[in-house]
Amino acid sequence: MNAIILSALLGVVMMFSGIVIKSKHAIVSTALVCLVILLLGNLCDTYGCFSISMDLHEMLAFNKFGQFFNTIAITATLLYVLLSGKDIVKVGNYPAEYFALIFFVLCGVSILSAFNNLLMMFLGIEILSIPLYILTGSDKKNLKSNEASLKYFLMGAFSTGLMLMGIALLYGATGSFGIEAPVARQLSNGVQQRAPILEVIGLIFVFVSLLFKVSAAPFHFWTPDVYDGAPSVFTSFMATIVKAAGFIAFIHLFEGRADEMESIWKMLLVLTIVATLLIGNVTAVFQQSVKRMLAYSSIAQAGFMLFALYSRNDMAKEGILLYAVAYSIATVGIFAILIKMKDYTFDGYNGLAKTQPLLAAANTVFLLSLAGIPLTAGFFAKYWMLASVMKAGGSSAIWLIVIAVIFAAVSVYYYFRVIQAMYFKEGNAETTEEISQGFKIGLLIMSAIIIILGVFPDALLQWFYF
Amino acid sequence: MPIQYYIYLALALFSIGIIGVLVRRNAIIVFMCIELMLNAVNLLLVAFSKMHHGVAYATDKASTVGIDGQLFVFFIMVVAAAEVSVGLAIIVMLYRNTHSVDVNFLNRLKN
Repeated sequence: MNAIILSALLGVVMMFSGIVIKSKHAIVSTALVCLVILLLGNLCDTYGCFSISMDLHEMLAFNKFGQFFNTIAITATLLYVLLSGKDIVKVGNYPAEYFALIFFVLCGVSILSAFNNLLMMFLGIEILSIPLYILTGSDKKNLKSNEASLKYFLMGAFSTGLMLMGIALLYGATGSFGIEAPVARQLSNGVQQRAPILEVIGLIFVFVSLLFKVSAAPFHFWTPDVYDGAPSVFTSFMATIVKAAGFIAFIHLFEGRADEMESIWKMLLVLTIVATLLIGNVTAVFQQSVKRMLAYSSIAQAGFMLFALYSRNDMAKEGILLYAVAYSIATVGIFAILIKMKDYTFDGYNGLAKTQPLLAAANTVFLLSLAGIPLTAGFFAKYWMLASVMKAGGSSAIWLIVIAVIFAAVSVYYYFRVIQAMYFKEGNAETTEEISQGFKIGLLIMSAIIIILGVFPDALLQWFYF
Repeated sequence: MPIQYYIYLALALFSIGIIGVLVRRNAIIVFMCIELMLNAVNLLLVAFSKMHHGVAYATDKASTVGIDGQLFVFFIMVVAAAEVSVGLAIIVMLYRNTHSVDVNFLNRLKN
């Protein structure tokens, strides 16, 4: 509960701090302080030393998994503001508002990690999305940013409509907005009773709209345009923390409800996973711009995260946490470096290793992690996902794993193109500004986290259990 | 009236909304179609709420079953209003820069 209340309050505080504080530097510092307060508040909640509680009528249910995910999301945001704070204030004239919107997004994230009712899920997704429409269009004079925000808005509102239709049908069939399947139907004489058709259609609507939100194929088409058009700093936020939150909500809902769709969901989900991996990876190969490549790579990574939905066991839950950390930190790092580059194409990275050796080294670690090379966090994240599928079993498990590994190999091609450009091509990669000492230290910390998690993935999971 | 009529009406409105989103090119009309989708859902929720209430009312006169469906409608209205304010702001911003609200224009981002 702390995280929800604090993030909403601190968002308002940030909004008004723009009136009092005029210096852009001071606003970044205020945001960092607010984020630390939020993180501490959430940790207090997790370990039970101080938590606000009230009668919620079972609309929200807090558990360790959700609170731990909040910690991950807030920490990732903290790292993101530390690295890219200076670039956030550069986007427009009203920097305090951007941070306020980021806090409101975090409020949505913490609702999504704790909802126990479809109403709360709907509110969480909307609180998460509406600030993002604004952030996408924050570069007001830039046509690309305008287009991206309009497209994101229309797609987002459309998928909200689908979700609401699904919720309405579910309500019609069951008479409640709870996320668990109705008890009466769960076991009658040991045989699962068939769910009414209204309910199955409703669930399909809700799942399709969630697939929209996490940008899984065939509902991914808005992603590259939006990620490409949005200001790079905000793309970084959208592609990491927000996407991971979408998955947490998806898993939460799927756990209680997937059985009602019997065998249909498995077939649909397998098709979605394969299509997402195929489209994400194959299209990323042909991109010329690193930013656009990262957009497609985020679709491909979503394909891997969907494995957690397929397996639905404890290992999948641990895996999605590990994946959220590995993917968020690596992508935030890559984007932080991308923002500093003058030229966003692959050629723009030529010879970066000579001009900025530390940036190139850190970027290499992040890219290796995304590709899933051992000794980085990305390897164990992918390993956990595939192992959970193996554990869940089923006729298609082996084939899914084979396909996933093949596409992981494809992904190595386009991630290594950046590494190749940095180290083995002649060129003079230019950065837009002098790289500050603090930025370099931030990158070092993030690379360290990735490598430590790559060697001892248990460190994170142990922390989760105790 | 039987519940089917409400379901058919809501589904018809919802389908008109979806077709409008897919076919029309004017951003404001696309936007209106999305609103139509949301309002179709509102109608359906109220109808279902009344249906569930009717069933419970037959046995217990003081039953509050079905009230949550109507509550949901209020939340949808509020969220739709928030979305409208952001959406219209985005459309106005686009209009200022391009003097057009045509969605076809969005294809420029493709490459």
